[in-house]
Amino acid sequence: MSSSIQRVIRLPGDQIIVDKNVSIEGSNINISLYKLSENTYVITTVSLQDIGEDDKKIRIIPLKGRYIPKEGDIVIGIVTDVTLSSWLVDIKSPYLAILNASDYIGKSFNPSSENIRKYLDVGDVVIAKIAQFDRTRLPILTVQDKGLGKVVSGSLIEIEPIKVGRVIGKKRSMITMLSEQTKCEFVVGVNGRILLRCPDPELEYVAILAIKKIEAEAHTTGLTERIKEFILNEKVKRGLIKFEG
Amino acid sequence: MKGSKPQLIAEGKRIDGRGPADLRQIRMEVGVLKNADGSAIVEIGNTKVLAAVYGPREVVPRHEEQVDRAIIRCRYRMLSFSTMGERKSPAPSRREIELSKVIREALEPAIISSQFPRTAIDIFVEVLNADGGTRTAGITAASLALADAGIPMIDLVAAVAVGKVDGVIVLDLNEIEDMYGEADMPVAAMPSMGKITMIQLNGVLTPEEFRYALRLALDGINKIYSLQKETLKKKFVEVEE
Repeated sequence: MSSSIQRVIRLPGDQIIVDKNVSIEGSNINISLYKLSENTYVITTVSLQDIGEDDKKIRIIPLKGRYIPKEGDIVIGIVTDVTLSSWLVDIKSPYLAILNASDYIGKSFNPSSENIRKYLDVGDVVIAKIAQFDRTRLPILTVQDKGLGKVVSGSLIEIEPIKVGRVIGKKRSMITMLSEQTKCEFVVGVNGRILLRCPDPELEYVAILAIKKIEAEAHTTGLTERIKEFILNEKVKRGLIKFEG
Repeated sequence: MKGSKPQLIAEGKRIDGRGPADLRQIRMEVGVLKNADGSAIVEIGNTKVLAAVYGPREVVPRHEEQVDRAIIRCRYRMLSFSTMGERKSPAPSRREIELSKVIREALEPAIISSQFPRTAIDIFVEVLNADGGTRTAGITAASLALADAGIPMIDLVAAVAVGKVDGVIVLDLNEIEDMYGEADMPVAAMPSMGKITMIQLNGVLTPEEFRYALRLALDGINKIYSLQKETLKKKFVEVEE
């Protein structure tokens, strides 16, 4: 990130005036900004604003917020309830999600001849995609895609959903670095759950520490480099690699 | 409980040594509870209030949900050990039920509840130590907790009480001034929006006194508001270093 960009913390109630030819960027801006009049917006959540030399765009990065489902998102859910022909899945959002048995099995499901709990029970973890959501009804999940379905191994950690973007990084830079350094396989759910599959419990512990550090420092610049250094230090401390230089 | 009335103003100073337009010492902190989505503690003089916010989350019972917006539920409570003298009964009193509603209605204009239809936002305000101005401290703490929880708000809400004691309009009343004073007026406002979200008046003020009192209250609110913003900012600046 170039040094000409300055970051300031914005709080609810701060007003920003935006000219017509200036574009606003950032995730979730429809939630973190409230339009007051033609060119005045109010910040609604604790956010960061990038002030650069370029006057043509404003970037707002919210620092707080819950996960709101969006169609096409890959999420990691935990089954919380079982009905006759579907599961209710907690996806760390205000709304529970529905996963239909027929979707999970891939053919029509007859509850009178089969027990749904044979496939998934309360407490099971699934990787799924949001198939439908419009806020008037509960989101519908699907597992009919590559890499989706029940999770049988690995460990699950939770972070704030708003900080998932930082764990992935620009062009996946952070996540690539993490898996190179820790040899772990990461599945990142947009809802703030991350699944780790690691060859070595020590490395897994380092990876968890690194993710927690990313979460705590998500709003700072030059994070990827710092995390890389942090992982190397932790690995040296644990005797996983020898100190170099 | 009412004894003989003490002298509240002597030589221009109030019973605790403040001037008429002075606030008490204020301390604020956000993110004090781990389980809550957002939390804050506010101390104004001896008054100490803890606020916690949960949500937006599923509405239980279901029939209370609104299809176009989040419902906001608020519970104000004074803990058994919060008052002086006799232990306060832990059962919600009429006063607590009323204040829960008052605090909710003071915060509702700030919260953009249409962002989360069919959900509930729960606000818990617990008074740990009461020494006057618990409702205003509660509103201040709850709005910090809401911001900490990441619930979209058009502005923070800050609140303070003004009143008349011994014929003088004073800011930020404490327990004794509230008990023996002639009038008490809590005010809550969204300073950046320039809007008042709550105003109550208990007692009698002349129109001139009222205007002056309101001006005094809004000045106090602005001071509390800037403290609120500082507190929220501090949480993130600390990590950066």
